[in-house]
Amino acid sequence: MSELKSGSNLEKVLNAGHFAFTGECGPPKGANVEHLVEKFKFLKGNVDAVNITDNQTAVVRMSSMAASALMVQEGMEPNFQMVCRDRNRLAIMSDILGAYALGIRNMLCLSGDHQTFGNHPEAKNVHDIDSMQLIRLVKTMREGKFMNGDDIDVAPKMFIGAACNPFADPYEFRVHRLANKIEAGADFIQTQCIFNMEKFRDFMKKVVDMGLHEKCYILAGVTPMKNAGMANFMSKFVPGMDIPDDLIKRLKSVDKKDQSEEGIKFALEQVEEFKGMEGVAGVHMMAIEWEHMVPEIAKRAGVLPRPQV
Amino acid sequence: MIVADRKSLEEILEMVEDCKKILIVGCKGCVTVCNVGGVKEVEILSSSLKIARKKAGIEIEIDMHTLERQCDNEYIEQIKETVNDYDAVVSMACGVGPQFLSEMYKDQKFFPALDTTFFGGATEHGVWEERCAGCGTCIIHKYDGLCPVARCAKSLLHGPCGGSSNSACEISKDTECVWDSIVRKKMEQGRLEDLLGVTEARDWRSARDGGPRRSIREELVQGNI
Repeated sequence: MSELKSGSNLEKVLNAGHFAFTGECGPPKGANVEHLVEKFKFLKGNVDAVNITDNQTAVVRMSSMAASALMVQEGMEPNFQMVCRDRNRLAIMSDILGAYALGIRNMLCLSGDHQTFGNHPEAKNVHDIDSMQLIRLVKTMREGKFMNGDDIDVAPKMFIGAACNPFADPYEFRVHRLANKIEAGADFIQTQCIFNMEKFRDFMKKVVDMGLHEKCYILAGVTPMKNAGMANFMSKFVPGMDIPDDLIKRLKSVDKKDQSEEGIKFALEQVEEFKGMEGVAGVHMMAIEWEHMVPEIAKRAGVLPRPQV
Repeated sequence: MIVADRKSLEEILEMVEDCKKILIVGCKGCVTVCNVGGVKEVEILSSSLKIARKKAGIEIEIDMHTLERQCDNEYIEQIKETVNDYDAVVSMACGVGPQFLSEMYKDQKFFPALDTTFFGGATEHGVWEERCAGCGTCIIHKYDGLCPVARCAKSLLHGPCGGSSNSACEISKDTECVWDSIVRKKMEQGRLEDLLGVTEARDWRSARDGGPRRSIREELVQGNI
């Protein structure tokens, strides 16, 4: 065990050598706190931290910082997602300070989906800095300095997360991009949803060969498919998704009413394999708008109870 | 060069709705090269406007004049004798043209006939693509001559992002992922190490973010050259 950088629950779990299990929750398209807190309940006690998405797919939702703070109030641990699309460096630093002041201790640093995907495609994007520079910035701030070198009065000590998509192109470069993120300061990585296990095994072999898993905790991204239609849609319309035909066939091979169970079974098989896969320190379970299934998935995945550290 | 597209006839008709007599000013610079604002295009616009107005029963008188350039006062001055003879002047230059005209001729109204789009070039006959964002601090030597600031949809300095697929950008299958090209070129040349490590954040003061820009060459101002 090494000295803690942020003291977040997720950091403590990983630092103690436990297999981490994180969840995800999208804030509402409105100020409906009641509904949001309702969704939190499915995650409470079943995961180590919950990613709170930041206007995901560039659709306007309640701010990730506000939703993260609401989660803190509920006695849970958020992983505050921040994209570079909507904020310049002033807003980014100010939000990091604000988030820390509100009790947020984990951050996931992202570039953000392009606004053309979302519901305000007319918007101007920012991209003052990119995700790599954001990771570096959160680390700089943890060490007590603003981007311009000025001192921070009470540094925001965040556990720094970054994303990695082994399925985007060019594949050969992906492991190097991951290495760059680790060099920039990432403490943990959450990967894009994995469906192509063969490719991911190869990717992790490269990661291990380069020793990257020793410098950073890598959490494998899992999304249970609700049905074959969802798999088809994601395959066609979500950029950077690699969904093998075999998986779509597998889902189609059962009755429509049983497809969600088949999707969960595949996800559970994945978790089982990740538990034994060298270099994988945990799973990031993205049950998209399916939070109520998380207790069952966590139970069947054998990751309960979550460690108290 | 500066690339532009012509506005729709409807939009231009709406601008000149109240005018009975207009002047259309073309430009022999970039917009002639990209076939949107030269002598020929001025004639086409003039004919189209006349036909549309005749059809609507409100005829319009149009004169045409194509200047060497509309980004140089030396040429803008050439229409000083006649510029006020019109209800309005339509410029077929890039966004610079109507402004230089407007600054010199305070009493006249100037309308843009073009939407200025980007700095780029023709990749094939009839197709132009963006290559430069005019950010004021060129860094493309780091990327083998390819510009991620202008050509990555997110201006990433550490791409390609997770949306890059089959050499295409996540915004459209028809948009090249410039980061894919940068990485492949580096890999082919065995210089991937150029892309390792973290690049400092940009200083955007040299771009539009620092306010309207000005370029002063002292030696020219002093008349030494």
